[in-house]
Amino acid sequence: MTTVSEEMRELGRALSTQFAENFLGSREDRGELTLWVLPPAWRDAARFLRAGGYDHLSDLTAVDYLDREPRFDVMAIVASHQTHDFIRLKTVVADGQPVDSLVPVWIGADWFEREVFDLFGIEFLEHPNLKRILLPKDYQGHPLRKDYPVTGPAGSRFR
Amino acid sequence: MSTSDTNTLSSGVYTEEDPSGYTILNMGPQHPSTHGVLRLILTLDGERVVRSEPDIGYLHTGIEKTAEVKTYQQALTLTDRMDYLAPLSNNLGFSLAVEKLLGIEVPERVSHIRVLLAELQRVASHMVWLGTSGLDAGAMSMFLYCFQEREIILDLFEAVSGVRMMTSYIQPGGLMADLNPGFLEMTEKVINELESKIDMYYGLLDRNPIWNERTKKIGILTPEMAREYAIVGPVARASGVDWDLRRDRPYAAYADYEFKVPIRTEGDSYSRYIVRMEEIEESLKICRQALGKITPPGVGVPYRTDDRKIVPPPKYEIQYSMESLIHHFKLFTEGFTPPPGDVYVAVEGPRGEVGFHMVSDGSNKPYRMRVRTPSFTNVQLIPELIKGLLLADVVVILASIDFVLGDCDR
Repeated sequence: MTTVSEEMRELGRALSTQFAENFLGSREDRGELTLWVLPPAWRDAARFLRAGGYDHLSDLTAVDYLDREPRFDVMAIVASHQTHDFIRLKTVVADGQPVDSLVPVWIGADWFEREVFDLFGIEFLEHPNLKRILLPKDYQGHPLRKDYPVTGPAGSRFR
Repeated sequence: MSTSDTNTLSSGVYTEEDPSGYTILNMGPQHPSTHGVLRLILTLDGERVVRSEPDIGYLHTGIEKTAEVKTYQQALTLTDRMDYLAPLSNNLGFSLAVEKLLGIEVPERVSHIRVLLAELQRVASHMVWLGTSGLDAGAMSMFLYCFQEREIILDLFEAVSGVRMMTSYIQPGGLMADLNPGFLEMTEKVINELESKIDMYYGLLDRNPIWNERTKKIGILTPEMAREYAIVGPVARASGVDWDLRRDRPYAAYADYEFKVPIRTEGDSYSRYIVRMEEIEESLKICRQALGKITPPGVGVPYRTDDRKIVPPPKYEIQYSMESLIHHFKLFTEGFTPPPGDVYVAVEGPRGEVGFHMVSDGSNKPYRMRVRTPSFTNVQLIPELIKGLLLADVVVILASIDFVLGDCDR
């Protein structure tokens, strides 16, 4: 089982003092550390974690909480090649609200963000090539949103 | 050909002459060297690649969306179909993630069987890679030999699960069924057979001058670029990124095993080949250690957890126990309900980090199942690797990255 080490907590505390007005909180659940920031601090917080040794971008994705306001969680999971720990950095965005792209921090964020844009319709500011990646370019809608029917749009041939 | 009679298809550019004198060439989606349905839009100056853009999504089947309307047991079968060359590694990642959500532990024997199967899967997957990359470079016989070896490993999977490829054998809470009698002896024979073949593979490729010329110092990936692009697996390890989740974040029972993690620093196609070859040898060593740790199947030997809320009771218990009947009924009509929360569990698949990000809202279906697949990040690297190289080299470099488009598009 994984645990949250004291160094990770220390880094979380440093992040909370660095981004005091934009820091929302942290949570330890099932041995994983999650840090929440507001969108203005998103890119700087990612850069802060990278400078703190977490230089592997493991994943970048989003979750749609339909009944909540703001609606989406955008999260990055970063890992350290030295201590082998994972930290989850989260931000919350409303429908239609853009969020800063992480491509200036990791080039590898490019496709992850295009996928989130494609399937959730979340825009990333300063992304070099923000267009659909998995679905055809003339596709309507964003399938991973919770209000998108799993059978496809009304009138779809693939029911 | 003048610009007026360029051949265009409605779906996009087919071939066209650029005003700058460059040719735009559409490679794929149905091209044998793209190992699936990857489309590459190449801008060529003569035979040299100036720009390239991968176009993925031809195998997108909406697995993440489908999983949201399936119970956890049903969603397991979807994970087989992502990386169809390594279904057991995906099963393992999914099961570990769900077990972490539930907060349960599986018996030690189960963990050892999981390690054994995951390593056999790695060898089987590397065999496909070795065969097809040899084929791409013109070494046809590699393909024939390697598929023969892969088939005897798939026979083992068939013996335990009944299916060659879409096994769904590793399940949340343990295994689908116990190993069948004689499986351990069968496995030992297969391992002996594979170990005796490794020298032959080296002989076929390593001492082949064409193979050496086409892979050495070609398609170089620096460690800095590997970190920037979030590259994982053998591709990263061939560039000196020392990162293997089996050793660095031991899951299942990997902490009990001794193995080396092959690292090379050149970062070219040849070192990616060597890293995978050495991985095959290490995997076989792990398999051998696992054989010594697994007790043979029999009555009273655990192959899944005892928690009746997670796994169904044995059939004979239903005959006389009312409680077992209720558990059985509840499990197959409703499934189990993990407490709310989110977890991220990553395992080292044959291609690298397979990460399952599961969000539970306390119901019997995953609220969100996100899969971070190694092929997705590694395909992103292609334009960087093939820039400025000859078109003929593109084929070998694509083979050395070893991606699976089902894994990439999900």
